[in-house]
Amino acid sequence: MNKPLKILVLAKQVPDTRNVGKDAMKEDGTINRAALPAIFNPEDLNALEQALRLKDSIPGSTVEILTMGPTRAAEIVREGLFRGTDGGYVLSDRKFAGSDTLATSYALSCAVKTINPDVIIAGRQAIDGDTAQVGPQVAEKMNWPQVTYAEEIVSCEDNVLTIVRRLEHGIETVTCPMPAVVTVNGSAAECRPRHAKLLMKYKHAMSKTEVAELENDTYKELREQRPYLVINELTAADVPADENELGLLGSPTKVKKIDNVVFQAKEAKRLSSSLEDIDSLMQELISNHTLG
Amino acid sequence: MNNIFVYCENENGRIADVSLELLTKARELANTLGCKVEALVLGTNLGGVEKELASYGADIVWIGEHKEMAPYRTLPHAAVVCGLFRQEEPQIALFGATTVGRDLCPRISSALHSGLTADCTSLEIGEHSDAKTGKNYTNLLYQIRPAFGGNIIATIINPDHRPQMATVREGVMKKVQLENPVPAEVKTVDVEKYLQPSDLVVKIIDRQIEERKLNIKGAPVIVAGGYGMGSKENFAILHELANLLGGEVGASRAAVDAGFTEHARQIGQTGTTVRPKLYIACGISGQIQHTAGMSESSMIISINSDPDAPINKIADFAICGDVMDVIPKLIKSYKQNSK
Repeated sequence: MNKPLKILVLAKQVPDTRNVGKDAMKEDGTINRAALPAIFNPEDLNALEQALRLKDSIPGSTVEILTMGPTRAAEIVREGLFRGTDGGYVLSDRKFAGSDTLATSYALSCAVKTINPDVIIAGRQAIDGDTAQVGPQVAEKMNWPQVTYAEEIVSCEDNVLTIVRRLEHGIETVTCPMPAVVTVNGSAAECRPRHAKLLMKYKHAMSKTEVAELENDTYKELREQRPYLVINELTAADVPADENELGLLGSPTKVKKIDNVVFQAKEAKRLSSSLEDIDSLMQELISNHTLG
Repeated sequence: MNNIFVYCENENGRIADVSLELLTKARELANTLGCKVEALVLGTNLGGVEKELASYGADIVWIGEHKEMAPYRTLPHAAVVCGLFRQEEPQIALFGATTVGRDLCPRISSALHSGLTADCTSLEIGEHSDAKTGKNYTNLLYQIRPAFGGNIIATIINPDHRPQMATVREGVMKKVQLENPVPAEVKTVDVEKYLQPSDLVVKIIDRQIEERKLNIKGAPVIVAGGYGMGSKENFAILHELANLLGGEVGASRAAVDAGFTEHARQIGQTGTTVRPKLYIACGISGQIQHTAGMSESSMIISINSDPDAPINKIADFAICGDVMDVIPKLIKSYKQNSK
């Protein structure tokens, strides 16, 4: 018999780097973030689906989303509500600015301790960084075991998860006691779509910051009557986090230099088949990191 | 002395290529820094690995032979690596960006509070002066990687934390055996010393190793051949170039229909859609049915004897010439310039 689970999904709102059009790069070759739509990180949607299935299999369980980012990341929590979650948290603070994965993981782990879930399910990696570090680092900070590259949470019996992992050269099935961190691979089942009833139920769900930005709050009363329409916001002080471990201060890695890969107007450069031409092409490919 | 450690992945003592590639790079970095290269191997059936590891540049080989070390599991490996790193204090630690390395490395970096950069495409030694503190650093590891979906190249450093950790994907670095290898000093890792019962809570109940499948979609480089390749035999040189560049061979429908290669390699409307970093179209005219499946590649090079081939309209570089003349030159040039 399984007791109901408190499931927490870590999700991130990311710029859609997969659809970088011509207007996504400014003339000087820097990124025009405004031209990139903000989306629910794709593998976090796979994670959400595994979380919702786990919830469905154990009556009384709940799924909440924890996202760290600017306050507009409340969109991620709302999207989760439309698909079947029970609530969520936006962890947002200027003190987080400049955080590398380790400082991010520290801040998230502080929030996790406040929320106190039985299991964390997250996407394997986010498309804006592709590091796959935050899941394992949160697991380490919590001193919980981790199961990465999960393709399916097959079962949950007596507080132990059975999970299929997708590896380079095959598949592996493991058992892992909770509490634990599971990171889900993009090859896992796609997330269920929004549910029309849930869309109606939660369309006025907002964080305090979002409400404050409204010109006039038509649904103030509604939100007062229905507390589930309030998306929680957490700051560094709420969780609470040690400021020395946050942001640039808490980040062992520093960005020394950024080189923009400048997009040029398409016009084929004509080369002859001479060894000199081919050599200079090859040198260019190696120096601009297209190769090796 | 703070040395460079390379975590060597293995399956029953067979060392992964990526680890040998990292040893080659570590040797080069160690020569610059004037330190030693230490290889760490954890697993079972490890007899004799020191010889191979020494031939790729390891000065010291740490061997941790223990039944809990294979097959790989996160917690026991993390416990042993962290324990050894606390004891030996490496300045740099390199891991393969594999499902093992990308699982293990972040856990270690968190436990040791050291910086980690994933999927580096280049590693160099360099200096840094901190504009704020005025502090100068020498002999730092520059961890260079594409970021933001490949739209920027970032150079990352870890000025104040050790080890400086990085993962690198298989095939990104070259593996080169030393001309005159010296036997490595072998040291035993006392695995029991570092393991706690709580490190063994995750259990593997089933493992199925599959043959490596053709993965055109995920290949960073695609060398594709068309009808202009002329024959099935000529496709062999495409494989040679693709292997060299760490890529895969693709084909146009015309080449597949002519029996030059298998259907699984077909790119285009009726085949696979790809968007690699580099697409080299060899003897492909560039009908829309083909370009629909590859036009979003970051860079396109076409090799075609027809200067007016439609492929040249979407190519970044158009080499006018015979494929069987140009491709060997590309191979030769890459070998010379990539060293």
